[in-house]
Order: sequence, then structure tokens, then C-alpha cells
Amino acid sequence: MAPRKSAASAGRRTGASKSAKSRSSKSAKPAIGTVIAEFDKEKELAVYREMLLIRRFEEKAGQLYGMGFIGGFCHLYIGQEAVITGIQHAMIDGDQLITGYRDHGHMLAAGMTARGVMAELTGRRSGYSRGKGGSMHMFSFEKNFFGGHGIVGAQVPLGTGLAFANRYKDNGNVSIAFYGDGASNQGQVYESFNMAELWELPVVYVVENNRYAMGTAVSRASAQTDFSQRGVSFNIPGYQVDGMDVRAVYAAAEAALEFARSGNGPIILEMLTYRYRGHSMSDPAKYRSKDEVQKMRSEHDPIEQVKVRLLEKGWATEDELKAIDKSVRDVVADSAEFAQTDPEPDPSELYTDILA
Amino acid sequence: MPIDILMPALSPTMEEGTLAKWLKNEGDSVASGDVIAEIETDKATMEVEAVDEGTIGKIVVPEGSEGVKVNAVIAVLLGDGESASDIGTEKPAATPAPAAAEAPAPVAAEPVAAAPAAAEVPSDPDIPAGTEMVPTTVREALRDAMAEEMRADDDVFVMGEEVAEYQGAYKVTQGLLDEFGARRVVDTPITEHGFAGVGVGAAMAGLKPIVEFMTFNFAMQAMDQIINSAAKTRYMSGGQMHAPVVFRGPNGAAARVAAQHSQCYASWYSHVPGLKVIMPYTAADAKGLLKAAIRDPNPIIFLENEILYGHTFDVPKLDDFVLPIGKARIHRAGNDVTIVSFGIGMTYAEQAADELSGMGIEAEVIDLRTIRPMDLPTVIESVRKTGRLVTVEEGFPQSSVGTEIATRVMQQAFDYLDAPILTVAGKDVPMPYAANLEKLALPNVAEVVDAVKAVTYTA
Repeated sequence: MAPRKSAASAGRRTGASKSAKSRSSKSAKPAIGTVIAEFDKEKELAVYREMLLIRRFEEKAGQLYGMGFIGGFCHLYIGQEAVITGIQHAMIDGDQLITGYRDHGHMLAAGMTARGVMAELTGRRSGYSRGKGGSMHMFSFEKNFFGGHGIVGAQVPLGTGLAFANRYKDNGNVSIAFYGDGASNQGQVYESFNMAELWELPVVYVVENNRYAMGTAVSRASAQTDFSQRGVSFNIPGYQVDGMDVRAVYAAAEAALEFARSGNGPIILEMLTYRYRGHSMSDPAKYRSKDEVQKMRSEHDPIEQVKVRLLEKGWATEDELKAIDKSVRDVVADSAEFAQTDPEPDPSELYTDILA
Repeated sequence: MPIDILMPALSPTMEEGTLAKWLKNEGDSVASGDVIAEIETDKATMEVEAVDEGTIGKIVVPEGSEGVKVNAVIAVLLGDGESASDIGTEKPAATPAPAAAEAPAPVAAEPVAAAPAAAEVPSDPDIPAGTEMVPTTVREALRDAMAEEMRADDDVFVMGEEVAEYQGAYKVTQGLLDEFGARRVVDTPITEHGFAGVGVGAAMAGLKPIVEFMTFNFAMQAMDQIINSAAKTRYMSGGQMHAPVVFRGPNGAAARVAAQHSQCYASWYSHVPGLKVIMPYTAADAKGLLKAAIRDPNPIIFLENEILYGHTFDVPKLDDFVLPIGKARIHRAGNDVTIVSFGIGMTYAEQAADELSGMGIEAEVIDLRTIRPMDLPTVIESVRKTGRLVTVEEGFPQSSVGTEIATRVMQQAFDYLDAPILTVAGKDVPMPYAANLEKLALPNVAEVVDAVKAVTYTA
């Protein structure tokens, strides 16, 4: 017994200064994940339009894929729109975004143009990567969007590196690294957690838990399915958030960004969300029931929730919402038209952008 | 105007499929997101969702139809106020085939885009007459290079295992913590995959990290971040993003550390477009090329060698001694045979050249210095003079740097060769521990001498 007791107390001693500091600074935070932000009319209309843009864009991308204009892999964000939309509203200038391959929604939310994203999807010269990256590999230095990464989990150390640079430059910015429930089982995520907490880096880790890693339900792949608690052994606080309610996402993001920006180190937000479509275009999603999908769509749809509130509060009429839908469709139709007519990259582009 | 609903492609390779079932009938209204049909591909049965709102005006392809080509019109959707009479009686105009489907023809008809000619690499800067030459170890030269660049640019920092308080596992970063502090000399946990990614992310955000691997054997843990994140980002982003990071550390066999700690990665990294790969031999090259690497806007693999760390060479005492990346150096002039090597391979090449000189064979020894981009013009110019070529390296023989040189010299200077090119390399075995076996596994001077005798027909 004696050795065990001494080891335990030694552990407490060595960890004392750090954990005491962690406790004091980290206990002051609000109850993240339980708060629903109050949106005014302007903000409700803004998020409605932004989420609708993502949905219509993704529907159009699916259609263009079906017509053969988009090739390869194409992962749609339909159903998860509230996550990036709520977070984007809580960010300040200079904060960085980085995510995996389900990235179209993040790019649109970051302010990248529908034309540029769609033209990249069709592999055309006016795409954000000049046609050389495609759906999974798109970036915008101007909009602080650092990709668009095709290797599951690889964006987490990269996002931690963005935070390292923020701290190095002491610029007051926070990096937001998105990954999925599938990536949560990659070792490099935990290597990142360790360094981020050790060096108190300003990073918010956002797990978009859409319940399925490709075709594998979280319970079949994860020993601990509460992904907000995956940082416990690194002393990183984490919270579950209703990722289908854009107001809950916004409130959690605002608190988490404030936490990270204030020098408290990393924080994890688990967004409980759902993708309506298959993992990629060729996935029939037979691993879940139609009822399950239908239930999410009819009871928790992130866009429908806002629509109902707007109508109930009298902040918009059906006709006004239709007009928003129309203008969003016009933007998407324009991007699709552009992406089909824009020329392919010049053959000389084969050998450009390899080295500076 | 009525909207054509087309047979969708539902996988990267699908060309046709079976329209298994219609879930909507003519006259039904649909909203975007509604499932309207099921389609069987060779892989699965997929649901087709409506993209546009409207009323199904006409089902063109009945359910059960097999072999329906992608992009064939399968139904027509009517908008507000439209009726079936709005549907043209003639066959609906075919939607233009996507460019992707047409792609093979024009590409096949066009000549394959030629790779651009390699950019001219400047020669080494002239060292002014009277410049003091200071005997310096490779270890000190590397440290001096980092320190000078860190003094000049606050964005430069070094991170890795034991680089700070321990002063470097091989003492290459000795003194840096004292001068630059813990902000810029960062001890990492033992977490290669993670800190390589953190380094690349920091580089994407505008810093210039020097990421030290305690040895490159451990960098295999980080391979994905080096290749997929660092090397490919500039291309994948159409030139918008890049990662100016230097990955450095000892590479190749040290002494008696056996298979997992004794591998040369020169040819591995040299395979990858988007990387530059440097492997210096002398202290002057180590210093001048590391300074160049830190300033270079591309991801760099800088391969050092534990045994060479303690070797002493003259280094010119200049305020800012920077060498060009991608330029080989004639280490010793000769007319009878060309020996190309790099890194610690140069020790065998040099000794062999000494022995050969005693036999009346004057070898021209070229130190490649940079593996990628490879300075083939300097090699070919020498081969044109000597007609014979031997390459020397410690790495495995298959797909080695030597076989790459041999292939390209054969393709570009075949008529100048008077003998087959011979490649001296490590043996095709994991590095053994036993002293005698380790010695056998590495190349040696006698093998180089024998190879030269063979190509000069003096055996």
C-alpha cells in the first residue's frame, strides 16, 4: 500500500501548480453547451440565409456530381449547417478555420465565393485551387481558411500549429480545428491535445459528431462515445452542444473562443449533429434506418428551426422567406453555370505551384 | 421552363445503371431533398433526391429499365404554373456532356505537356581572396547556421525533442536556448507525428519552423504530415498556401544501432514533388545550405549524419555564407572516371579516389549536396569528359539515388558512356547489429575502387 500511496501523492504534488491553475481559471467559465443565445431579427435572418446557401449549394453539388461535372470524392454537409454557421458568427477577424474533407460549408461560411468553390469542384481554372485541389483540398489565405484536408485527422495537428503561430506572434487570435467522430480515434488528435494544453495554445477543437464515421456508428468504433470528454486526460475541458440549433452553437462558440483567447489553452466542443446524405456520393447509407434520418429531418432540421421562429415571431412572412430562397438559388445557379462554363486549367498548370 | 431530371452518376466510375423504382408518380409535387427514385449501380442501390421544387410532369424512363446511361433524361419537372403541355413533344434537348466525359479525347490528341526546363541554379558565391577559413565541425556549422538565421528573422524557431534544455540529443542545438529563450527553442514531447503537423501548421500561418527529428528514423511516424500536408499544399491550393518548414536531423546509419535506427531516407524523400532534399557532407556545405534551407519558401528535408557531426572542415568566415540549393560541387577534379556521391557516402568516394590516384586513375568526385532538385547537368558534363560513372551511397540498393542517376544519365548521355554505370550502395538487408555484419552491410572503399576498376577496364 505504501508505494501506491506515495506514487499517488507524488503525482498530486507534481501536478499541483498546473492543475490548481487550470482549476481556478477554468472554473470561471459559463456553463457551455447549456446556453441558447438570443438572436435578434437581423441575426436570425442572416443565419437562415447562410445555412440555406450551404444547403442549396450542396444539393446543387450533388446534382452536378450526378451529371458528371464533379468527379472523384464529394462529401456533402447537408444537415450539419448550423455548426459552421453558428461558429463563424462568434469568430473575430484573424481567427483561423481548418477542417477535413467535408468542407464546402466551412468555405461558404468563411466568405469564400460560391463560384470559386463550385468551379474548384468541377476542376476549372477559376476554382480556389485553380482546379488542382478539388472538393477535399481547397484553401483561402485571404479568408483564413486553411483547408480542406483529405487525410482523416491530419488537420488537427495543423490547426494546433496555427494556434502555435498565434501564440508565438501574440496576435490575440484563435484557431478553430474541426474534425469528426471518426477522426477522434486518430492518435495525432491526442498528440495535438497534449501539446496544446502543455503550451496553452489558443485553439478550439470542434468535433462534428454526425454519428457515423463513413458507415460505422460511433458506438461500434469508439470506447468513449462522449467526445467532449476525450480531452480529460490532458486537462482540456469539453462540452457537448446541440449542433442542430445554431443559437446553441453560437453561444458555445462565443464562450469557447473567449476561453481560448484569454490564455486558458485549448477547449473542446462536441457538436451533436447529423448528416442527411451518405458519407460520400456513392454511399447509399444502408447502415441506418430511414426513420432515423426522417426523424432528424422533420424534428431537428437546423434551417427549419430558424424558419419556424422567424414566422412565429412575425420577423418574416412566407413570401419573404421564399424571396430569400430565390436569391440563394440564384447565387447557387450562377455558381453552377459558372463552374460548368469556366475553362479547365491550361495544360501548363500541370507543372506550376509545385515549388516556389 | 420544365426542368429535365437526369440519370445521375453515383460513384466516381459509374457510366450506367438500372432505374429500379420510382417513388413519385406523374403529377406528384416534390420539394428539394425528397427522394424521388432508386437507382442500382454496380455497387449499391442509391436514392435519388430532387434538387429543384415542382411537379413531376412526365416520367421518361419507366422503372425497371436497365442500362440507363448517366445523364439521360429520366423525368421532367414542372415549375409553378406549368403543365404537361409545356413539355416539348420532341426529345428534350440533350444536356451537354460534361467536360470530364470528353476529357480523354482532347488530352490524347494533344502532346503531353512537357515538363518545364529546370531553372538555372546559380553557382556557389565567390569567396573573397584572403577570407579566413575556420576549422569547424559539421555540428558547429549547423548550429551557427540556425543561430545566424534566428538572429536575422524572428519568425525562425526550432522545435523538437531535447532541442532546448538538454542542448540537443546530438548537441546540434547547443547554446540556442540560452541565446533565444524558450519561445524560440521549443522542447516537444516525444510525439513526431504531432509536432511535425504543428510545425507545418505554424509554417502555413507564416512562421519558419526548423523541426528537428532526433533521427529521421523517427520521422516515419510523421511521414503523412511531411508528404501530404507539407509537400503537397502549395500545389493543392493553387499556390495560395505553402509550408516553409525545414525538417532536419541525423539520417542513415550511425554505429551499432541496428535496423530500426540505421536507414538512409534520401531516396524516399527524393521521390516526392514539392520537397527539396539536401544532404551535405562538409561543414561549409552544411552551414551554407542550412541557411539557404531556412530562407527557402518550400518544405525542405535536410539530412545530416551522426558520424559526420564530429568531422572538421574549413568554413569561410563570412557574415552571411549562403549556398545555392540544387547545385552539385566538384569535390575533386579528374579525367578518368566520375564518382557521384553525397553525405557520408563522400567519405568512401574520397578515400577511393586517393587510392585510385596511386594506381594512376584520376577520379572526378562530385558531391551532389542536393538530392532534389538534382543537379544532373553537372554530372553529365563530367561524364562527357570521363565516359564512366560510379555512384556511392549508404542507402538500400533498390530504387536508390544511384539508380535514379544511372537512369537519367543513360537517357541523356548514353553516347558518352564507355562502360555500364555501376552503383555502390548499402546491401539489400535491414541493418544488422553484429559489428562484422554491420560492416558487411555498408558499402566500403574497396567496393568503390573495384567498381571504378571495372568501369575503366583496369580490373
